[in-house]
Amino acid sequence: MVGISHFPNTTIGKKVIMALTGLIWIGFVAGHMFGNLKIFMGEEHFNHYAHGLRTLGEPLLAYGQALWIARIVVIVALVAHIWSAISLTLLNKQARSSGYVQHRKLNANAAQMTMIYGGIALVLFILFHLMHFTLGAVVHPSFDPDNPYYNVVIGFQSYGYILVVVYLVALIALALHLYHGMWSVFQTLGLNNKTYTDALRILAWLVAIFIPLGFALVPLSVVFGIIGLEG
Amino acid sequence: MKLTLRVWRQKNSNTQGKLEDHQLDDVSPDSSFLEMIDDLNEKLTNEGNEPIAFDHDCREGICGMCSLVVNGVAHGQDRELIKAVTICQLHMRNFKGGETIVLEPWRAEGFPLLKDLIVDRGAFDRIIQAGGFISVGTGSAPDANALPIPKKNADISMDAAACIGCGACVAACPNASAMLFTSAKMGSLNHLPQGQTERYQRVVNMVTQMDNEGFGACTNMAECEAACPKEISLDFIAQMNRDLITATLKGIGPTV
Repeated sequence: MVGISHFPNTTIGKKVIMALTGLIWIGFVAGHMFGNLKIFMGEEHFNHYAHGLRTLGEPLLAYGQALWIARIVVIVALVAHIWSAISLTLLNKQARSSGYVQHRKLNANAAQMTMIYGGIALVLFILFHLMHFTLGAVVHPSFDPDNPYYNVVIGFQSYGYILVVVYLVALIALALHLYHGMWSVFQTLGLNNKTYTDALRILAWLVAIFIPLGFALVPLSVVFGIIGLEG
Repeated sequence: MKLTLRVWRQKNSNTQGKLEDHQLDDVSPDSSFLEMIDDLNEKLTNEGNEPIAFDHDCREGICGMCSLVVNGVAHGQDRELIKAVTICQLHMRNFKGGETIVLEPWRAEGFPLLKDLIVDRGAFDRIIQAGGFISVGTGSAPDANALPIPKKNADISMDAAACIGCGACVAACPNASAMLFTSAKMGSLNHLPQGQTERYQRVVNMVTQMDNEGFGACTNMAECEAACPKEISLDFIAQMNRDLITATLKGIGPTV
């Protein structure tokens, strides 16, 4: 047990926790994005899908159990991700406590430099998003727990589309976070080397473009009237 | 050519440092960067002032002693067409007349400042002591070809062994992380048969010592790779991560 118990104390151990929990979240956002696209198949189909998430695994699992198992996994992963992010950021600040008067980067890009800030923005967005569409509290004008399709359309149409802007900004933060995160998972877990790094960069580009783009289609379709309430 | 040198001056680790300006009126474009500082120091000494303290030794780019952050870049490696050099290999013809050059020491918690531009890189020695060695039985030296080593492994090992331990990776890293150095120093051994016996104990001990020295963590920005005068690859950090994960699964804890 000495190996495992020492592991989170090391910087690399914290990074591996960051990578594994990040990977869980990449899987989660990919699945979430894919599920969202069912809204283009119509109200009945989308609501059936949302209901289906709660009856998943029946009769082995009771109503909502599969969904709660998934929720617990992503919540635990998020907490661990945030814990390692905070402890590593503090450590990194401490390691360069007296800074340079002049310091120029040779290689780093915007995605790499903004991981912690983008991460903070995404946590705030997740809280907002849960209030908006899961709890239907505060930021949703008329929430109907039994009709997710209606909630999506009204949720985006309300307040003069200002919430759409919030979602799009959050998706830009997600794209940047995913771009550096996707490649970093492989580097941190030791699965990267010169032979594969270009291919992994392309994978990171694809993930960073298509996941946020898939999410953005829904609010944009509401804005442009492609998705609306019938009658 | 005329130059303004803006140099970090600090008496010792207990005092506050500050940037100090020096005008140079007649710098030869043929002189090396360190010769330019030598000239300035001679002038300062003749004027009865304290010369600028800076680290240097071989001046051939292979010893790893020189350590200057020039205009915010370790070893001044942002010059076009000049890659993979230490600051001693940079010449004044690579600079423009009238330029202001800012000189700072490596800045990291793991590298306490001693004086002016000199830092204590003893942390690197202690990381190597923690595992950068192999244990062998004494006796007559074995034949060089007695132990077969695949060419590819020998090449990788040599690439890692090219590290001169100058610390530019730490200086360039936004987190002052020493992972490129540490991974290179174990990478040269871990790719050879002689290094296998202690491989997993080595990675745990060296990483533990690296963390204890107060270096930061890697954020995969590859600033170190860009600043490294020996072009050590980020691959070695990935390899170190993989080996630490394996060592952890084997249940190996630190012995340092």
